Amino acid sequence: MRVMAQVAMVMNLDKCIGCHTCSVTCKQTWTNRTGVEYAWFNNVETKPGVGYPRRYEDQERWKGGWMLDKRGRLVLRSGGRVKRLLSLFSNPDLPSIEDYYEPVTYDYDNLVNAPAGRDMPVARPHSVLTGRPTAITWGANWEDGLGGAPEHAGGDPNLAGEWAQKVKFEFEQTFLFHLPRLCEHCLNPACVSACPSGAMYKRVEDGIVLVDQDRCRGWRMCVTACPYKKVYVNHATGKAEKCTFCFPRIEAGQPTICSETCVGRLRYLGVLLYDADRVGEAAATPDDKDLLDAQRGVFLDPQDPEVRAAARESGIPDDWLDAARRSPVHDLVIRYKVALPLHPEYRTMPMVWYVPPLSPVLDAVDAAGGNQDDPDHVFAAVTRLRIPLEYLAELFTAGDSDVVGGVLMKLTALRSYMRERTLGEAGDEAVLQAAGLSVREAEDLHRLLAVAKYADRYVVPAAHKEDAAALAATENRCPVESPGEPSETGARRVMLGFPTLRRRTSEAPAGGHP
Amino acid sequence: MNAAFSPSAASPASGADLLLWVAVPYICLAVFAVGHVWRYRQDQFGWTSRTTQLLEHRWLRWGSPLFHIGAFMVIAGHVVGLAVPDSWTGAVGITEHAYHTTAVWAGSVAGVAMVAGLGMLCARRLLTRRIRLGTDRSDKLLFPLLSATVLLGITATAAHNVFGPGYDYRETVSVWFRGLFVLRPQPEAIAGAPLLFQLHALTACLLFAAWPFTRLVHVWSAPIGYLARPYLVYRRRAAPAPARPTGDRPRPAPGSRRAA
Repeated sequence: MRVMAQVAMVMNLDKCIGCHTCSVTCKQTWTNRTGVEYAWFNNVETKPGVGYPRRYEDQERWKGGWMLDKRGRLVLRSGGRVKRLLSLFSNPDLPSIEDYYEPVTYDYDNLVNAPAGRDMPVARPHSVLTGRPTAITWGANWEDGLGGAPEHAGGDPNLAGEWAQKVKFEFEQTFLFHLPRLCEHCLNPACVSACPSGAMYKRVEDGIVLVDQDRCRGWRMCVTACPYKKVYVNHATGKAEKCTFCFPRIEAGQPTICSETCVGRLRYLGVLLYDADRVGEAAATPDDKDLLDAQRGVFLDPQDPEVRAAARESGIPDDWLDAARRSPVHDLVIRYKVALPLHPEYRTMPMVWYVPPLSPVLDAVDAAGGNQDDPDHVFAAVTRLRIPLEYLAELFTAGDSDVVGGVLMKLTALRSYMRERTLGEAGDEAVLQAAGLSVREAEDLHRLLAVAKYADRYVVPAAHKEDAAALAATENRCPVESPGEPSETGARRVMLGFPTLRRRTSEAPAGGHP
Repeated sequence: MNAAFSPSAASPASGADLLLWVAVPYICLAVFAVGHVWRYRQDQFGWTSRTTQLLEHRWLRWGSPLFHIGAFMVIAGHVVGLAVPDSWTGAVGITEHAYHTTAVWAGSVAGVAMVAGLGMLCARRLLTRRIRLGTDRSDKLLFPLLSATVLLGITATAAHNVFGPGYDYRETVSVWFRGLFVLRPQPEAIAGAPLLFQLHALTACLLFAAWPFTRLVHVWSAPIGYLARPYLVYRRRAAPAPARPTGDRPRPAPGSRRAA
């Protein structure tokens, strides 16, 4: 047993209102720079929809993630090592900027400088890449709220099954939900495995997957290998960049920016312990539908004395073990099993999990003339209405609708029981028992999902004090270096992709250590 | 050998010859070596292939493989042609005729591939506005210099060895080239070579001098080690590093990589 700790995330999708605050604050923090205008470390998609970049879930096309070869071995879908090196000169499976969108800015000057005239001046869009006026034809959230869905959403790769035909024609009447996405900080990261330079790595202490900007040589294999397309090429620096899980904040015991600013309070952060020695085996589980259980099997119980002893031996400090015991993520993922991973069939063992939304089912109940508040109607919908269920199963359980159904049953039972309690009734415990919950557990889960206090949602232990010297660089000032601003101590800073030209000033020579 | 070259090969080198064929090459090599050390220590962040595939992929798809594979063949050909004395190839039984026939054929194929590929890469850089705007000063130096070197080289071969009567550079240019590296420079060996060969040698020297300051440094990062590396890379956040290694800015300390 090789115990490692991971700071993982769970999102409660029923609460997501699609406000994009997470995306915007993330962008302001990490990607408001030349070269990554098009990149959204965090984005919110409307589902059903093709997503960002377009149809990224179509792994037949983009070759992301892992698969099992004919002999049952785990291999990268984009090919073996030799093939990867042979495609260094031109990567056949790299999305182009059109698959994301052409980033634009607006000619704001015109609003104040336009000569007096009969018409109101307008700020026309200009391409950031060419500086020329351009028509905006796509964006990272183009399909927001099913906008343009009749035209585009049929292209959603999750709508492949026969059952999906019906969805395609009934979009606006059926359902929608929002899916916030960021880097999954996988246990078995395909991007790391595909990086020819060894610039990408998973941190032992907290599981955060990062790109070493000094080692990245711009071979861009990570972009292809990531099935979630959450590694981006900075076209100004020629290096890969990705979600950092706001590690400077995590190290200080604070939630990520996307979590902190989440209006719906739907994000949870907490420590999970896992056995690094079992990751490879679990990722090679033969049946896609068993991957969810295989991944749950990799996680370790922080209450188990044996695990705790092994964790201490691996150098995991006691306050982290304590945080692992109090982890809301552990509760949602393992204890109540209401959170599911996004596309487990990619075999990367993702670590951002989702409580599937009940709202598509409730919408379906409404549409069928039922009563949302009657658990029997909802149960009936979960068992009979295939459309939302099959769709959610494509996203979260490799197509196993029983598992998604089970989670939705549990949520329905909880909702109905706590609703009665809140209205002053006794509450029907039979409904709870049918869903496998005790009264105590229901209250606990309700507190976690519905009340969702800040301190319950985010249990992030600070980086350990022994590392204080190494962390000094981030404790005292902004860890992201701004262009041309020399560091006084020469300590390690996060150098994010400022293009050489922009970093060049009279005080700081090109790209140099100050 | 052409008799016209014999006198100059025997005569002492003029000042201009010393400058062009001894001073310039050594200065360029010195810049090449020192420049690499400097760049490696100072600018790991800028050390990249500077990929633009995201912005344009249709031309790149053909141009880049053509150029790179052509370049590998051309480099291999130059290693054989410049570094190996003809007495060695003769000793293993390769006749002069066989050698040159092979060299001209293989060299032509490689050269055409490289020129075609480079042409496409230059074209996309000039014609695709997104890429043209992203072209920095080092590219503006590199692309013309590389193009000049490649074009002069292939023109010299075409003019003298494909369509011309044949010119044995192994007796002159190669002797000069090897002389530089054994520290017994022989400027007189190349002084009588045809102008195209001389110009090709000079632009190549300049290319080597420019090398460490351009994207060409990515050549030294060819990820051969990837073939033997474990797939997963774990690193510690802060290994207690006794001394801060140069050129490694982000948090993880090198040498603390652990593999699963």
